[in-house]
Amino acid sequence: MERNQMHRQIANTRKSFFDQGYLDEQFIQLEELQDNSNPNFVEEVVTLFYRDSARFLHNLDQALEKRPLDFNKLDSLMHQFKGSSSSIGAKKVKTECTNFRAYCNAQNAEGCKRTYQQVKREYTTLKKKLEAYFQMSRQVGPIEMACRPR
Amino acid sequence: METMNIACDQLRSANSKELHVLAVDDSNIDRKVIERLLKVSSFKVTVVDSGSRALQYLGLEDDKNSAQFDDLKVNLIMTDYSMPGMTGFELLKKIKNSSTLREIPVVIMSSENILTRIDRCLEEGAEDYLLKPVKLSDVRRLKDSILKSEGDDEFRQIESQKRKRNDDRSPQKPTPKLARL
Repeated sequence: MERNQMHRQIANTRKSFFDQGYLDEQFIQLEELQDNSNPNFVEEVVTLFYRDSARFLHNLDQALEKRPLDFNKLDSLMHQFKGSSSSIGAKKVKTECTNFRAYCNAQNAEGCKRTYQQVKREYTTLKKKLEAYFQMSRQVGPIEMACRPR
Repeated sequence: METMNIACDQLRSANSKELHVLAVDDSNIDRKVIERLLKVSSFKVTVVDSGSRALQYLGLEDDKNSAQFDDLKVNLIMTDYSMPGMTGFELLKKIKNSSTLREIPVVIMSSENILTRIDRCLEEGAEDYLLKPVKLSDVRRLKDSILKSEGDDEFRQIESQKRKRNDDRSPQKPTPKLARL
């Protein structure tokens, strides 16, 4: 019974990611690529995303310290980060990246710095949610396991 | 009758032989995803992280034609557009300007839906331009299109070989196919 409850909780959590706009269809596409031969594919991709993101955000932090701001460089860095976000279906993060790039194009330094905080906020929120979600999923194991007698 | 069966077998094996894709992308996330998309769609996959590595693999930079070996023969190249160093567009141009490689279909992948960019790529000979993130349905559609070209080419080859059965055989060069978008 408890196992079924956990499965339900996981399913509800997952659904909330889509309902609340944290994730889009690309995440579902990743799930479709997961199977018995690659049972952790989604988590592997998301983990790669965290690693890459740490690097992009570090580079962006540094670039935003420079005076005057190099908007081309900022735009180029954010383009890469946006691409990664898009590849895992990180919808809100992607939206903030787009906003950031708009301020870059407008050469609006204040706008850039403000939206950058938004980008980091959305990224951190999503990372926490996904880490908790994968941890829950690992605890129950694949759904078939619940039915198999031990 | 017997030769007809052999021809059909050859055609069948050409279609069931795994197509080999060379995927080029500087993003390791995108490399991981495209590799999986292609493997799930029953392609053989080689992934590299830059245009220059792609050219090395294809044997262009070394002036050797590694595409001669059946095992390494690349049936399709999929490349990201925005890459540091050599862009996907530059890679496309180099491939289409190469006498040994120009027959290989090249697909561009890009997160940006810019009509002038799309036009330029198609004019330069790209088979298709896919918007990222690339989906399973995109890959399936691509596979159908490539298989059809390969199948048609194989069929023409087999037919021409049947005709030249009694003569010295020189392999027919397949005519390039411009697939519609």
